[in-house]
Amino acid sequence: MTPLAITAMTAVSALGRGLAAHRDALLARRTGLRPNDFDPAVGGWIGRVDGLEQHRLPPSLSRYDCRNNRLAHLALEADGFADQVAAARARYGPGRIATVLGTSTSGIEATEDAYRRRTGDGALPPEFDFAGTQDLYALAGFVRAVLRLSGPAFVISTACASSARAFVDAANLIRAGLADAAVVGGADSLCRMTLHGFQSLELISPAPCRPCDAERAGISIGEAAGFALLAREGTGLALLGAGASSDGHHMSAPHPEGAGAVVAMREALRSAGLQPGDIDWINLHGTGTKANDAAEDRAVAAVFGDAVPCSSTKAWTGHTLGACGVLEAALAAQCMESGFVAGCLGVERPDPEFRAAVVTETVHQPVQRVVSNSFGFGGINCSLVLGAAR
Amino acid sequence: MNVPLRASILGVSVWGPGLEGWAASRPILAGEHPYAPSTSPPPAPPILSPTERRRTGPVVRLALAVAHEAAQSSGLPPAALQPVFASSNGDGPVVGSILEALATAEAERVVSPTQFHNSVHNAASGYWSIGAGCRLPATCLGCHDDTWPAGLLAAMAELSAAGTPVLLCCYDHPLPAPLDAARAVGAPFAVALVLAPERGGQLLELSYDPVQAPAPMAPAAPALDELARTNPAARSLPLLAAVAGGRADRHGLRYLEGSLTLEFRP
Repeated sequence: MTPLAITAMTAVSALGRGLAAHRDALLARRTGLRPNDFDPAVGGWIGRVDGLEQHRLPPSLSRYDCRNNRLAHLALEADGFADQVAAARARYGPGRIATVLGTSTSGIEATEDAYRRRTGDGALPPEFDFAGTQDLYALAGFVRAVLRLSGPAFVISTACASSARAFVDAANLIRAGLADAAVVGGADSLCRMTLHGFQSLELISPAPCRPCDAERAGISIGEAAGFALLAREGTGLALLGAGASSDGHHMSAPHPEGAGAVVAMREALRSAGLQPGDIDWINLHGTGTKANDAAEDRAVAAVFGDAVPCSSTKAWTGHTLGACGVLEAALAAQCMESGFVAGCLGVERPDPEFRAAVVTETVHQPVQRVVSNSFGFGGINCSLVLGAAR
Repeated sequence: MNVPLRASILGVSVWGPGLEGWAASRPILAGEHPYAPSTSPPPAPPILSPTERRRTGPVVRLALAVAHEAAQSSGLPPAALQPVFASSNGDGPVVGSILEALATAEAERVVSPTQFHNSVHNAASGYWSIGAGCRLPATCLGCHDDTWPAGLLAAMAELSAAGTPVLLCCYDHPLPAPLDAARAVGAPFAVALVLAPERGGQLLELSYDPVQAPAPMAPAAPALDELARTNPAARSLPLLAAVAGGRADRHGLRYLEGSLTLEFRP
């Protein structure tokens, strides 16, 4: 795969708005999680973004008003991202920039609210706008409207691999000649559906999640939005390769040996023209469940042995579901820029059965190439390779 | 500049009201038999084990019915096809049921685990991968009313990048009340194509223009036009009619601010 330049990037999560806030939190080893005050009946801890309830969208885009699009808007305003897209728009033309974003629940929180405000005959309130909120495409429709883009667009929804997969589908469009650049990324926001859903699967940790810990007890759900600008040309950070696979095993449990994850990581390396030893850090999917972390450890050990340090960043941000792919790519970019490995946060005792080189503290060292994993329900696996284009 | 993308269509399937599979539908879509809409629930997917089959509802069954038939008619092993699944609404009945439960139930556990993993947009694709034993990467997308052109574009771009035959499955099912008033979709409809690097017959060529409006299309039978207007996946009907009739065809599809132009050569 010819590398695609990542010429701009941004993220908003429980760690704050913009990349500097994320870098600072990683270095300070300071979690963004808090006890679940969004839906206390579910319990556990969450990664909540402050200020979303108060944030206002431009009046002309009021039909898109919902938690998910407000979160996306905060991210578009951070790190001068919208300005950099405007420059690309001037350079390539609005019709030559694609928009491919990932989300698992889009603006369904608005629908949850609308159901609670049903009128006497059971109808939803008349101001409820499905296409602007709950519909999957609402996220891309909104972002395209803000950025004034008119190239090809669609929204990817492959559960927790959504925004990682968005990089792959956007790269396909660019390589097929349908676009010269793409806004990729995604957003997922807190909503009762996912909180109750994961609770019903008994996957929510009562304490802040601690991936790779021997006593880990599940996930902490977070919300986030992140964007990256992919382009044919550019220097610096690049998408060097990508690999993906399906488990074809079970709808909500990973393959125990991580077979699909092995395929995704190997294909990512192959497409980047790299060997396992060329990678400086693996940002694990590392959700904090017993099953995921164990399966992923086996997969990582199968591909990399214990030669490459690996860790999960989800104890900082929570599991941001469809947004985790782009958020964790942004975290990887920060680690590359500042030269450190963000070892797992909150680990008291690493799982003694793990064979991969799990890191549990900050390690200052050059980080030039990163593999970032995202695995989703329905068994979709995606691994991205990020680094400086050679 | 947008270079046209090309593929051969190796397999095709359709499911809709009175369009129950390709064998029954081909003469109707070719204009040889009259079209008579009827309620047509898709069968439980034979490709799944009895346990998994039990967990599927009407939307997963709809998607898998066409995915299975298109894969079979392609002559390629189902596991060798890269899935591209496209749906505007996803699983409306499951999502609607969860929304009801969240709004009314006071008990702590209101969402069943099976319901929750069936609510993800990629549920149908997940069941397909399990049933077909397919370990190839899958992608699942939505684009509101433009889900069919978006799915075609994503599938052709995927084929162009990977060279591996692609199974494009595009399906849409009505949402339950009260959501249906906010998002109206007519009857359930699904289409699937197996697309492969061009090898002669059944050639599909796709061009994209970000600003050009689509060329007008010759109208089909009125009931079929109605279906195309009320179900995003049924915007595939003009292409299906051309494939069914084995006749060359060129038509435009509105896509976002511009259009796709499809050319079919039997």
